[in-house]
Amino acid sequence: MAMIDSPAIKERSTVNMIMFTVILGLLPALFLQIGFFGYQILGNLFFGIGFALFLEAVCLKLRNYPIRPFILDGSAFVTAWLLIISVPANIPIWTLLIGIFFSIVVAKHAYGGIGSNPFNPAMIGYAVLLISFPKIMTNWPISDGFEIRNFIQFSQFFSISNINEAYDAIVSATPLDQIKTSLFLGKEVDVLPISFSTLSSYQMIAILYFLGGLFLVYKKVITWHLPLSLILSVYIFSGLLHLYDQNTYMSPTFHLLNGATFLAAFFIITDPVSSPTTLKGKIIFGILIGLITVIIRNYGGYPDGIAFAVIFMNICVPLIEKFTQPKVFGYE
Amino acid sequence: MIKEQIKDGLWKQNAGLVQLLGLCPTLAVTVNITNGFALGVATIFVMMLSNISISPIRNYVPESARVPIFILVIAGLVTIVDLSINALSKPLYDALGIFIPLIVTNCIVLARVEAFASKNTTLPSLYDGFFMGLGLTFVLIILGAVREIVGNGTLFQNVHFLIGDKYEFLTIQLFDSSDGFLLAALPPGAFIALSALILFLNLVNQKR
Repeated sequence: MAMIDSPAIKERSTVNMIMFTVILGLLPALFLQIGFFGYQILGNLFFGIGFALFLEAVCLKLRNYPIRPFILDGSAFVTAWLLIISVPANIPIWTLLIGIFFSIVVAKHAYGGIGSNPFNPAMIGYAVLLISFPKIMTNWPISDGFEIRNFIQFSQFFSISNINEAYDAIVSATPLDQIKTSLFLGKEVDVLPISFSTLSSYQMIAILYFLGGLFLVYKKVITWHLPLSLILSVYIFSGLLHLYDQNTYMSPTFHLLNGATFLAAFFIITDPVSSPTTLKGKIIFGILIGLITVIIRNYGGYPDGIAFAVIFMNICVPLIEKFTQPKVFGYE
Repeated sequence: MIKEQIKDGLWKQNAGLVQLLGLCPTLAVTVNITNGFALGVATIFVMMLSNISISPIRNYVPESARVPIFILVIAGLVTIVDLSINALSKPLYDALGIFIPLIVTNCIVLARVEAFASKNTTLPSLYDGFFMGLGLTFVLIILGAVREIVGNGTLFQNVHFLIGDKYEFLTIQLFDSSDGFLLAALPPGAFIALSALILFLNLVNQKR
């Protein structure tokens, strides 16, 4: 009989299981995203994740690590997934692959692989794409409502004849982008009060990310500190601006439901590697990301600043942890 | 003797890739070959002139006051180069901007004066200044070329600033600049390209 090391109770919470739960939390929103923005997302997922796993394997091989256990931990899978759902569905595939390359090779393996990367790999890939290809990255396909046929058309992704049609689809800026532009031009914006009947496709997707995130908290994959501090921080800071001048600053509800607020709160800043481990640290991290996001959204050049806020705060994590070390029991 | 300086300047002690000195202009101006080349040549001039002016007076400079004295000499020489470029090519001067005066603070100039010219005779100092500068210029040109091609799709952009308006045709447009990989033209692209060059150099050294 083989001896078992303690602990004797088997805990199934390996990296692998965590990543699987995260994917489960992301699935409902993905379903909605495909319905609204088209079948290309499925193709992006297929090729993007395939490429990510391939690069992961190559990097592991070059660094003399065992390939199988690290590929199967699913971290590259989730990174690629997060990047793909953050970019427009109609992104040219080569652009996406550049983003994947920067996520996996530069942001992750160049810094020492999983556990050593100071930055969130998916956000590095996103930031590289956003500053390199602003035109592609800010044109989202226009959605005419949820369409089941988007799922059936998936096969078209592989047929050459439809490639042109697919990429010439009608595109527009995201609501966050549109409102930023009109505010910049000095136009008055009147947005319908947000109610269930007026929810835009982006807002419905955001709500599903919120629900998926709650599922993760319920499953104890993440704790509530990071998401809650980010959401409250975005709400309070954008609320203060809105109180200051209602015509120039959008309402806090608008800021929560548009852009990547919920996605970031539950799925991006909770990355265990690049976020603080101390409790106080987590709360400071979330609040500051929210503050920077609100500042970039209202005063910066890019429509949504969450990616930059996350990357910026990632560098601050060692500092935050240094000042939030809990007192060891017995010490003064 | 001169062989040593050639080897050190171009490869073994390359200013940009091994000593990693003078990175501020290296990273900031290398958006195209023209800028990189021009700044490289300006640096060569300053380094040669500063080395041959410091070397003869090296025994008269008091040890404790050497750095201010060296900097004063370098600053005077940089001012000459700065005004010359302004006179020769105004557009190039505008493109390089603050980075010509900043050659004064470029560590590589002071480092060579301190490490070489203040310990050696004039002729080796001249060679040292020239080949160190040449090594840096090669790095600047390669960085400029890579960043220009990847980021903007052009080669020899603005080359007419350097050699006259009738050579404007030398600028090659490889692909539409709106398809360029903008990151390469932005500051982070400079860091990534430089690290790729260092990687290449280390690989070659390892193979030997």
